[in-house]
Amino acid sequence: MTINTADKTHEQQHGMSNAGYIRIAVILAAITGLEVSTYYVDFGVLFLPALLIMMVIKFVMVVSYFMHLKFDNKMFSFLFYAGLVLAVGVYAAFLATFKFFIQ
Amino acid sequence: MTDTAQGHASSTGISNVKLGMWAFLGSECLLFGGLISTYMLYRGRVTGGPRPSQIFDIPFTSVSSFVLLMSSLTMVLAVSAAHKDDDRKTNLWLTVTALLGATFVGGQVYEFTAFYKEGLGFSTSLFGSSFYTLTGFHGVHVTVGIIMLMSLVGILKRSSVPGKKAEVVEMIGLYWHFVDIVWIIIFTLVYLIPV
Repeated sequence: MTINTADKTHEQQHGMSNAGYIRIAVILAAITGLEVSTYYVDFGVLFLPALLIMMVIKFVMVVSYFMHLKFDNKMFSFLFYAGLVLAVGVYAAFLATFKFFIQ
Repeated sequence: MTDTAQGHASSTGISNVKLGMWAFLGSECLLFGGLISTYMLYRGRVTGGPRPSQIFDIPFTSVSSFVLLMSSLTMVLAVSAAHKDDDRKTNLWLTVTALLGATFVGGQVYEFTAFYKEGLGFSTSLFGSSFYTLTGFHGVHVTVGIIMLMSLVGILKRSSVPGKKAEVVEMIGLYWHFVDIVWIIIFTLVYLIPV
């Protein structure tokens, strides 16, 4: 199997080429740079929402592209996101019980 | 394309190994969710010792975060090489991933040592306890990942990487990326959002 054929076969199975992975990594690095900039630059009221949105974007990008969840069987997405949603729900309720959100 | 078509056939049509790994990662969300929310609850509870803003070194931790993020890229390149049956590149990228992971863990050891010298012990305050527990658990996960990566390099050097061995590389890759996404959350919630 030549490298080009192998590359295409991998791309068909996993949805991305090596160049695609590098592009994703560059975007992730850029978002990390933006995140760090919020420590030095005053973003005012946008500070917290911007940080949380960037965190979620990075999370989803790694899960979707590096972990191939976007291209894989939906059962895997269900298993992972079920655990994630359960965790977020349970611990949001836990924090709410301790009045964390109204401090 | 289904997993059966990729050669990971099972009675359900999807890889049981992969199914088990995703179920494990889903359960890990609950573990780290508990640790993160406990930290969020206790991060302001400082009766003695330094406060988070007094000890966190954001430039240093940013570099560590970048190193771990880039290790996800090298890991996915290793998985890609494994699926192409390219043993040399698979071993190369797995080794680079392990080295980047070791750099991250080394940074964490340095950070813990610096914090301890500045007066933040494990039982100094609720902030200290929850911080060391959360980041320590994550560090242990990265260390386990490094051990798995180096073991895999050793195993692969003794034989080629067709079929199911590529799936093993992919499973360790999933674990490694999970460790990375947990750090994405920790970096934002613990380090970047002030108390």
